[in-house]
Amino acid sequence: MKIFRMLGRSIRDAFKSVFRNFSLSLASISCITITLIIVAVSMVASYNVEHFSKVIQKDVTMVVFLNNEITQEEIDDLSEKINSLDNIETCDFKSKEQSKEEMMSESDVFEGIMGTWNEEDNPLKDSFLIKVKDINHIKDTADTIKSLEKVDVVNYGEEMVGNLISAFKAVEKISVIAVVALIVVTVFLIINTIKLTIFSRKREISIMRLVGASNFTIKTPFIVEGMVLGLIGSIIPVLIVIYGYTLLFDHFDGVLYSSLIQMVNPQPFVYLVSILVIIIGMLVGMIGSASAVRKYLKV
Amino acid sequence: MDLIRIKDVKKQYKNGVTAISDLNLAIKKGDFAFIIGGSGSGKSTLIKMLYREEKPTAGEIIVGGINVAKLRNKKVYKLRRKLGIVFQDYRLLPKLNVYENVAFALEVLGAKKDEIRVKTLKAIELVGLKAKIHNYPDQLSGGEQQRVAIARAIVNEPKLLICDEPTGNLDPERSMEIVKILEEINQTCKTTIIMATHDRDIVNKMQKRVLVLKDGRLVKDYEKGTYHNEDI
Repeated sequence: MKIFRMLGRSIRDAFKSVFRNFSLSLASISCITITLIIVAVSMVASYNVEHFSKVIQKDVTMVVFLNNEITQEEIDDLSEKINSLDNIETCDFKSKEQSKEEMMSESDVFEGIMGTWNEEDNPLKDSFLIKVKDINHIKDTADTIKSLEKVDVVNYGEEMVGNLISAFKAVEKISVIAVVALIVVTVFLIINTIKLTIFSRKREISIMRLVGASNFTIKTPFIVEGMVLGLIGSIIPVLIVIYGYTLLFDHFDGVLYSSLIQMVNPQPFVYLVSILVIIIGMLVGMIGSASAVRKYLKV
Repeated sequence: MDLIRIKDVKKQYKNGVTAISDLNLAIKKGDFAFIIGGSGSGKSTLIKMLYREEKPTAGEIIVGGINVAKLRNKKVYKLRRKLGIVFQDYRLLPKLNVYENVAFALEVLGAKKDEIRVKTLKAIELVGLKAKIHNYPDQLSGGEQQRVAIARAIVNEPKLLICDEPTGNLDPERSMEIVKILEEINQTCKTTIIMATHDRDIVNKMQKRVLVLKDGRLVKDYEKGTYHNEDI
């Protein structure tokens, strides 16, 4: 009971103090707000990148073209060998006839040319369409298959996918650095804010000590104040995440540029991000105020 | 029974100045004692050691069963809860009114609202400021401010009230009022009172125990003493 009363007092004092020194608090709050907006945006972005790179990766198909002289027996043999490899998710055979039909149905020009081919004329190759379990080992798998007999060419869109992902990763790294730098600046601003609060309440603190307030009682209001600054600073970022992302999602219908790049569904995603943003805000506030208390409040 | 026992206490500041040496002293529960002495006699140092603002360099100070010399910084609040302290400069919070200033001492200890109200009103009544309960410190005279400070010091019903020149800023008449209040507290609440002072009239009129400090040593200890100039 007593601890709740003390905590209630701390929270009341913290809010009072934030509004009493509002111009000072505003500096910290705006810094936290800006930091958290960037944190939130990069969190949303990187989660989305993660999400659609998974989707893209799932879609990556390796095509194994076979030698034209291959016999049905050898095809079966090869299929068995490929299926026995570790990293193979599915392996489907596609005959050159099937490829021909497919291409013909895609375009009239192809239909005109290929329509005249009989089975012996067909220059296309039989192929296996392979999906791998782990995209990171696709190169090894491809190399292994390439070394098998009667395999001509192994193709996969590694480079495109790789470039895309590494571009996103680079963006992610830059935003992480920016966020860390901003958090450091914010922490310093909060230390300064709390330091000035401590100085402005020196008299009160000394009286608290005289009448026998414990260290916990004296320190807690300042730490709570830091957390209140973080909490207030996270209001705008949270609104941006919830309304901004939902609007964006609705505007693009959840898909960017092509159906490959799918956005993460806003529910419950935005709420999770919001909670994280609030926690980060309060944590940054707490760290700042705790170090100010440690430095400037000698008890 | 002794509330305060001081044994072989020495206090040397970091700059080499010895403020107190070989001090032995016992003060009984319910006593009213004056500490007198000139500037640099060690009065303030002794007072500060009693509420553990300063630590003795050597020796033992027991206040209400707590060994002050061995008390860690973190635990000082345990001692302070048993004490009330009054200073020359009142040390009130200017933004709080009389009631809030007194209640503050209980609030920071986490007391219940009802308890705070009852005790605060009782303490304010005891110092005779019931009529000015909603006034702010800057609307009070020096004597009234000191009475608020006394109310704040006794609101938690301490065993010991330490007064460091509480009448230093007041005219003789107000000073006498303050001491009368302290005497009343001493008699009705059985609170032990230690008061450092320069005020000859007060000491002479009150006829209480007088401890005379000179150059950091206890030179005289009168049971019902007066202020002798030759002692100082």
